[in-house]
Amino acid sequence: MATTFTLNGEKRTVEVDPDTPLLWVLRDELKLTGTKFGCGAALCGACTVHIDGEAVRSCQTQASDVEGRVVTTIEGVTGDVAAAVQAAWIKLDVVQCGYCQSGQVMSAVGLLSQNPKPTDEDIDKAMDGNICRCATYKRIRAAIHEAAKSLPG
Amino acid sequence: MRPTRSCRSRQTTALPSSSSISTKGQGAATGLATLVAEELDADWAQIKTEFAPADPVKYKNLAFGVQGVGGSTGLSNSYEQYRLAGATAKAMLVAAAARAWGVPANEITVKAGVVSHSGGKSATFGELAVKAAAESVPEKPTLKDPKDFVFIGKAFPRVDSKIKSTGAAKFTIDHQFDDMLVATIVRAPTFGATVASFDASEAEKIKGVVKVLQVPRGVAVLATNTWAALRGQSALKVTWDDSKAEKRSSDAIVAAYKAKLDTPGLKARQDGDVEAGFKAATKVIETDFEFPYLAHAPMEPMDCVVRYDGKSAEIWAGSQMQTIDHGAACAVLGLKPEAVQLHTVWAGGSFGRRAVGDAHMVREACDIAKAYGKPVPIKVVWSREDDMKGGYYRPIYVHRIKAGLDKDGNIIAWLHRIVGQSIVTGTPFESVMLKDGIDGTSVEGASTLPYAIPNLQVELHSEKVGVPVLWWRSVGATHTAHATEHMIDILAKETGKDPVDFRLGMLKNHPRHAGVLKLAAEKAGWLSGKPADGKMRGVALHESFSSYVANVADVSLNADGSVKVERVICAIDCGVAVNPDVVAAQMEGGLGYGLGAALKGAITMKDGVIEQSNFDGYDVLRMSEMPKVEVYIVASAEAPTGVGEPGTPVVTRRCQRPAEWHGRAHNHSADEQAEVQRPIVTQDAVTADVCLDAASAIDLDGDAGDEAARGVGEKQRGVGNVGRL
Ligand code: FES
Ligand code: FES
Repeated sequence: MATTFTLNGEKRTVEVDPDTPLLWVLRDELKLTGTKFGCGAALCGACTVHIDGEAVRSCQTQASDVEGRVVTTIEGVTGDVAAAVQAAWIKLDVVQCGYCQSGQVMSAVGLLSQNPKPTDEDIDKAMDGNICRCATYKRIRAAIHEAAKSLPG
Repeated sequence: MRPTRSCRSRQTTALPSSSSISTKGQGAATGLATLVAEELDADWAQIKTEFAPADPVKYKNLAFGVQGVGGSTGLSNSYEQYRLAGATAKAMLVAAAARAWGVPANEITVKAGVVSHSGGKSATFGELAVKAAAESVPEKPTLKDPKDFVFIGKAFPRVDSKIKSTGAAKFTIDHQFDDMLVATIVRAPTFGATVASFDASEAEKIKGVVKVLQVPRGVAVLATNTWAALRGQSALKVTWDDSKAEKRSSDAIVAAYKAKLDTPGLKARQDGDVEAGFKAATKVIETDFEFPYLAHAPMEPMDCVVRYDGKSAEIWAGSQMQTIDHGAACAVLGLKPEAVQLHTVWAGGSFGRRAVGDAHMVREACDIAKAYGKPVPIKVVWSREDDMKGGYYRPIYVHRIKAGLDKDGNIIAWLHRIVGQSIVTGTPFESVMLKDGIDGTSVEGASTLPYAIPNLQVELHSEKVGVPVLWWRSVGATHTAHATEHMIDILAKETGKDPVDFRLGMLKNHPRHAGVLKLAAEKAGWLSGKPADGKMRGVALHESFSSYVANVADVSLNADGSVKVERVICAIDCGVAVNPDVVAAQMEGGLGYGLGAALKGAITMKDGVIEQSNFDGYDVLRMSEMPKVEVYIVASAEAPTGVGEPGTPVVTRRCQRPAEWHGRAHNHSADEQAEVQRPIVTQDAVTADVCLDAASAIDLDGDAGDEAARGVGEKQRGVGNVGRL
């Protein structure tokens, strides 16, 4: 079945079963591998993308759910918030193995887009679903605060 | 003649420094590049890194004799090798410039990537690279005096921050080829079971599934995409022959181990005469510790890509043991070493999981490629469930420590008995790592106890269990650091001594241990004040992988009685800190990794079947549980030592407190608690001790108290200092 949606600013149509997880549509059909597979069960956040600007887990989103909607992945995330987040990530050398970081960045951009000056509690709430086995949490928290500093609040 | 040390130059101004070890996030590529850049006098902006191909002769790890990385040896091993490579290249660049300009070499200087002569001539590395390659390789290039270091010891940025913050880094699972198939495998539900029969009819009906094949480790489903391969895997029906499988429950294994605690084991260390020590003691305290199976659960589940055409093969993997993985591929495919190319790619975490003696990830990919017989690339993907149920855990361990005190509160006897399963038996590491029946990884940290105790004995029982086990970040220290440091704290309390002073009093001959302990205590304000109301403070100290780590943790209890680690002050002595920011990051990460195991998930087995399958059953540390961490590095001129692991050590499942200790712990006023209940914390060990002390802080009288302690103890898992493999 054909599904059409906007992906990173471009209209795309894919021929997949409607219940195929968006994660695999992105990775295998569209070859956008920045979005990662970590658990397949909405437990780790590695697969986080934005749908209509909101951070969601693509492993639990079916292809049919995104018909006509706007999907943004790590490859296409742009704007002031994304730029501030990625600059802070690089400045503070957040990453270790890096595998979780696409999802972390997408969740952080989602958080700051809605709440430009998050408190530590806000960060805990927004980011607890994103596992980092390298435990880079301290730097993720610092980088979110750092990015917030450069954003109008 | 081409430079043969593992540093290559190209005719560009970018200097690829090829990294002979894999990198799983521990900043190894950055550290190795730093070493080369230092001796080259390069410009940091010029440094690019790439992974070296598998080549055991050129790139071997001096400690293992194979190309591989583990035991936090990445940087310590390479300190000389990579500096020499940089110095060699620099000498050749200078020689080439001298020849081209017709000037003496000693009038040439190199700074920030530019070669210049006092007469005014100058050139970049790139411009000289081809000529330099024609110069002869100096026998003994001179290394810099450490006081002249420009890069080493400075916090230079990681080389991989950008690609990993933008989704551009390519991991094994990200490899895509037009004609590629994705494979999943249904593996045995119990370790050691084999395929009796299978029914592929449902699986074959799934769109995208192209083939179902039996392979040595199970039944493989090949499909045109990952989703089809995963669905095919669920639809496949396999009947297993489990007559030779391990069918015990983990509780039964623990019970069997505990029974062994009553009998003497092989001696791993013997100082003085413990029996005489106990006879002379005025008080004897004994405590048992249990440690569960732990899964590594790296963020990228296991995977491997192979392309095999009958005559040659190419493999892409986040390999941590290139020589072994390469050898296994040659063996399975029946190819000569030169016909198999192994590409090491970014690994989405390992913590030991990708350093396997049986090379099973590569082996099963090659088995599938061979059985399928068509020359298409095949990517084997493990689901999270496959990964978590698939074995290779930190083994279960049970410890007993019996300690004797004299009338002045000195420890005069220490008997430490450990029961567990050897990690190295039956692997290629056995011949080097098993000595007189003792697997050093089972006792390290216990057999190397630094404290001055005149009569000390460490014993080991290695049991046979059919569950594959493996090194888990910091290896032996994951349990030995917890057990030993916990016991030291119990004894400090018993004698009424301050836990820091008590330790320092026994460390006169171990200045590096004492150094980090003092530094952590000082930075934490150990002497100057108590933690705030309702908080407890603990300390722990451990050496692993030749690095020394001390932690002081402030801990409180959540409303539900669970433990919250609020702040950890960490001091580390790892010799020269090549890149202090990478060292700090490794301490933060190692601590978080250990804390996750201590506070959260454990792997358990019921009748041979693993009970956890994903992050719901085996939860890990999350953002809200990460403490504030401050890392202090001891200034040192010693050769650099491991930092990947020494941050992780200590995890316990169920600690039994000595009865006497219960007697003393109850009914303290809030004030007394703050004074008396100082939980222990090792870098990785932050936890179990903390839980126990927290338990006794809320302890009541008698049995109820015992239950309370046990209840909290249930949540404990020991993890030692962070850092090996
Ligand atoms: S892969 Fe989607 S949440 Fe883990
Ligand atoms: S950086 Fe490795 S899992 Fe987050």
